[in-house]
Amino acid sequence: MDWLLEARWSPYIAGIGIGVLSWFTFLLSNKPIGCSTAFARTSGMIEKIFRGKKVSLKPYYQQFKPVVDWEWMLVLGIIPGAFISAVLSGDFRWQWIPGRWAVAFGTVLWIRLLVALTGGILLGFGSRWAGGCTSGHGISGTLQLTLGSWVAAVCFFIGGIAAAFLIYNVIG
Amino acid sequence: MLTKLHGKTVIQLILGFIFGLFFGLFLQKGGVTKYDVIIGQLLLKDFTVLKVMISAMLTGMIGIYAMKAFGWVKLHPKPGSAGMSILGGLMFGAGFATLGYCPGTMAGALGNGYLDAVAGIAGMLIGAGIFAALFPGIRRSILSKGDFGDITLPRLFRVNEWWVIIPLGVLCVLLLKWIESRGL
Repeated sequence: MDWLLEARWSPYIAGIGIGVLSWFTFLLSNKPIGCSTAFARTSGMIEKIFRGKKVSLKPYYQQFKPVVDWEWMLVLGIIPGAFISAVLSGDFRWQWIPGRWAVAFGTVLWIRLLVALTGGILLGFGSRWAGGCTSGHGISGTLQLTLGSWVAAVCFFIGGIAAAFLIYNVIG
Repeated sequence: MLTKLHGKTVIQLILGFIFGLFFGLFLQKGGVTKYDVIIGQLLLKDFTVLKVMISAMLTGMIGIYAMKAFGWVKLHPKPGSAGMSILGGLMFGAGFATLGYCPGTMAGALGNGYLDAVAGIAGMLIGAGIFAALFPGIRRSILSKGDFGDITLPRLFRVNEWWVIIPLGVLCVLLLKWIESRGL
């Protein structure tokens, strides 16, 4: 079981693992791997606490009901899965500011958190606009050869590369 | 196949969680729960993210299309359109670079102890909520523009599935070999 203790695996082995995992999600659960819908459902659940049942009547939440479903449990499972893996790898540590960020922009915490929050808003908005994320379109959609997912996945990287160059080479 | 199992709600929720544990394990072991790795990919300095995604896609594609040929699984292609996939994809990409995680890897980053992911999760919930509020207004005017439906590439080109899978597989392997030869 030494392989479970290794700090990193070859990215190809990790990728093949995710590919094989998707065979099982299709076979045993009749579902592709995806993540962003779970965040939309959670957002609806939180809104329901403040604004009551009428939130469920919003057209978007009629389509994606604000309830715990299979995908929600999958996203929840990622957290302990990565935690166990990080501990076994000897790689777990509390960290507020990532290394590359600190080198380019320093270690002021509120700046990193404000930028991360802004990025998160764009990510949440963009993933629901596109109807999926790097998992739902980028892996599950491309492996099913869906046209819309291929277009979305290519645009994720075009937008991502352009923004990263802007942030690190123009601003930073 | 296994439709009885698919209909068992509680078992499915448990299965979802177990699949998530494995997904988290693979993401963490692959190194993609790290901001530095993801931003390194978008700055074209470290190709780990693409290597993980392409090998997942190839493995998944071959297995799932093979199981589909035996009638074991059904496809679930998502609908897309120019308005949805291009505009949404570009906005997602901007968020991807600004935050440095995507929705799945930010859950993994949190498990790894990276606390800036908490701000990302809060933002993600706000962004999804804003979208839900705007959805009725943009549904017809933007999202349905240039609709492709849930068409797959083999149906688009009107060829047997394996005429897409095999050349695409070869292209991906060549691309990965080229990336490796450049030492990226």
